[in-house]
Amino acid sequence: MLQILIGYAQAQIAVKAETLYTATTSPIQNAVVLIEGGKIKAVGKAADITIPPNYKVIQAKTATPGLIDARTLIGISGILNISIDQDQLEKSSPVQPELRAMDAYNPNEALVKYARDCGVTTIHTGHGIGALFSGQTMIAKTKPGTTDNVIIKPLSMLAMTLGPSVSGNYSSPGTKAKEVSMIRAELIKAQDYQKKMSNKDSSKRPAFDMKMDVLSQLLKGEIKALITANSSVDIMNAIRIAKEFNLKLVLDGAAEAYLLIDEIKKAKAEIILHATMARNEDDMLNMTRESAALLTKAGIPVSIESGQEAYVPKTRIVLYEAALTLAFGQTFEEALKSITINPAKLLGIDQRVGSIETGKDADMVMYDGDPFEYTTHVCNVIIDGQVVTENESCK
Amino acid sequence: MKRTTLFVLLLWMSEKTIAQEKPIVFKGANIITVTGQTFSGGTMVVQNGKIIAVGAANIATPANATIVDAAGKTIMPGIVDTHSHLGGPQGGDATNPLNPEVRAMDAINPISDGFKKALAGGITTINIMPGSGHLMSGQTVYVKMREGKIIEDLLITNEKGVNGGMKMANGTNSIRNGNGFPGTRAKSASLDRELLLKAQEYKRKMERAGKDSSKLPERDLRMEPLVEVLNGKRIVHFHTHKYNDILTVIRLSKEFGFKPVLHHLSEGWMVAEEIAKAGLYCSIITIDAPGGKLEATNLSFKTGGVLEKAGVQVGFHTDDGITDSRLFLRSAALNVREGMSRQKALEGLTIVGAKMLDLSTRVGSLEEGKDADFVLLSGDPFSVYTKVEQTWVEGKKRYDISNPEDRAYLTGGYGVYSADRGEFHHHGDEEDGKQ
Repeated sequence: MLQILIGYAQAQIAVKAETLYTATTSPIQNAVVLIEGGKIKAVGKAADITIPPNYKVIQAKTATPGLIDARTLIGISGILNISIDQDQLEKSSPVQPELRAMDAYNPNEALVKYARDCGVTTIHTGHGIGALFSGQTMIAKTKPGTTDNVIIKPLSMLAMTLGPSVSGNYSSPGTKAKEVSMIRAELIKAQDYQKKMSNKDSSKRPAFDMKMDVLSQLLKGEIKALITANSSVDIMNAIRIAKEFNLKLVLDGAAEAYLLIDEIKKAKAEIILHATMARNEDDMLNMTRESAALLTKAGIPVSIESGQEAYVPKTRIVLYEAALTLAFGQTFEEALKSITINPAKLLGIDQRVGSIETGKDADMVMYDGDPFEYTTHVCNVIIDGQVVTENESCK
Repeated sequence: MKRTTLFVLLLWMSEKTIAQEKPIVFKGANIITVTGQTFSGGTMVVQNGKIIAVGAANIATPANATIVDAAGKTIMPGIVDTHSHLGGPQGGDATNPLNPEVRAMDAINPISDGFKKALAGGITTINIMPGSGHLMSGQTVYVKMREGKIIEDLLITNEKGVNGGMKMANGTNSIRNGNGFPGTRAKSASLDRELLLKAQEYKRKMERAGKDSSKLPERDLRMEPLVEVLNGKRIVHFHTHKYNDILTVIRLSKEFGFKPVLHHLSEGWMVAEEIAKAGLYCSIITIDAPGGKLEATNLSFKTGGVLEKAGVQVGFHTDDGITDSRLFLRSAALNVREGMSRQKALEGLTIVGAKMLDLSTRVGSLEEGKDADFVLLSGDPFSVYTKVEQTWVEGKKRYDISNPEDRAYLTGGYGVYSADRGEFHHHGDEEDGKQ
């Protein structure tokens, strides 16, 4: 603890950027960001900010907020892709909402470091796709440390899936209709549990049930339903379930969301959009790389995910995925928002991260060119005021 | 009289069958020839599927030509993908680790919409590979992205007179249980050697027979393509990732005197000097993050630059569907980011890839007399903001982004691609995705 405090005390940093993209304001030319105690102390034009003498100065061509991966499996689904490092999906039952992400998360996993070096400072990670309720998700910073030190939210959402990946993993459900009926049955059970638990006579309450307890939190809206649904049918099924049980719905993947813009807006569903370079196979066959632009133009905020990968590459990098949306109609500003402030809001952590503003966590990325250009390097990454990446490839 | 008739007939035939197409002149583009200079505001003339002339703004152009104003655009040679699984190729099945007799050609669907991905990415020549999951998956096939109904419409015969190579693999890719598959790396190499020794013997018998066909050994479908390998006629395309596995390929190549092209090379940067000394071509894959299988955990964007500095000739591949043909330029760009020179990256996408297939006299650069395979780009080949606007194969425009149907193949969308493209290949037992 003492060491950490000393570390913070020393970490007084001034970032000087030729162009600073804050994600919430217009870009600032010749900008300075002062960092102290792990927080952003000041942001503005170089002419308006005096850098105190004891500050370490980092020069950069451009800088952005630390990037946020709206939905990933890193830390839980490891780099080796062999059974000992794959903890994202328990196949003993398709309904296991009680499984906690933090019990599996490995902050020292190689892909967490890799993502960090690519500018990703905050991840929403956890249980995978492929079960009706595969388990819980969590939010963490990608800095090195113990799970307890890096977690922002130990329980963020419940990971649910509709579609063919579920029937591939379990003997039942085997059809879409069965999937929906099984989810409804669980939620009706949870409604009943909730009612019984609210009995004023505590002796009449049922025994504590981990599964039912989490589902009750879902029904109360304390946590969001993160439903992976790609085809139009599965997306509508998710919307129908959310309406019936008054769930806070986040559609994940959402490959065909561009076909259901009015329905999604009416349902007030939020969207975590598939990686731009995701493969157009299985239930993502009809995906388009223009989705981010189409949804944004329709007024639906887009958060881009790296998503789940079963083989090579084992993870994608949201910086690259957002960059590709630029080539398919998205604006620079919106592309940056889709991996910073938009996911911060969706995840309910925008008080702390997602933009460069005074008082927020000092999470920043510095580059030697246009952040989205293929040939640009991520030069430095700062998390909570500490430099965690220094790239030798930058001059 | 007879002779005159023949002459007239020939003249008539040439008019009919190889009628002189109207030349097309591309003017004003930044023309990257790759093997020669880059012409700013250059001119290129194309006719009958060939490049007639390429040069500066003031070169002579035919009077009757169609003029294409390409000012502000970039023209580069059609891109060569040295390793792809588009079109649904297949190799051997699970009954045998060594399948030299099996041809990818016999499985490919020539009208597969997967090929539209290649065109949208500026790819004009592809080495379609069978497999994987075998020591030797079968014969690969070299194709042009021409329009065609049957596979023969797409084939291209190379300088050695063949239209494909031989796919081999080592490391975990070809380790499986049962059916004579190897369980270890040493066994893998010994099975390869055993088969190649047999092929050497078969080759000797053929040579002894000389022109006396009665002395020829009985036809052997497995041996025939391997004799082509030993003769240097058919190139081995060798899937190999790890340091030790790459060295094993070099050892095999020395023992049997063939020059394989090394493919993938996750750990190629660790053995750059050895590869350079062996004088082997390297076709590298670029993956956004390492891992996904044990052999790819050390994969790096630095590979292209490290190999280049060691003096290795470096090309690229998509391995589609592992990476996406529509973004093939990006693979080279990411290597440029980490130290590869722009020139060598451009060569890797074009002329070096062509050399790996023994096709460099026809494709891989913009030179007079070569096939008119080229790509028209909106800007710098290595920028995220650049689009492939047109892809031309043998003088025919095969992709045009201004055509909504073509553009849909770039973006995707409802009903654009069919479900049975089949470019996904299976892997060794150790490599199957666990999800």
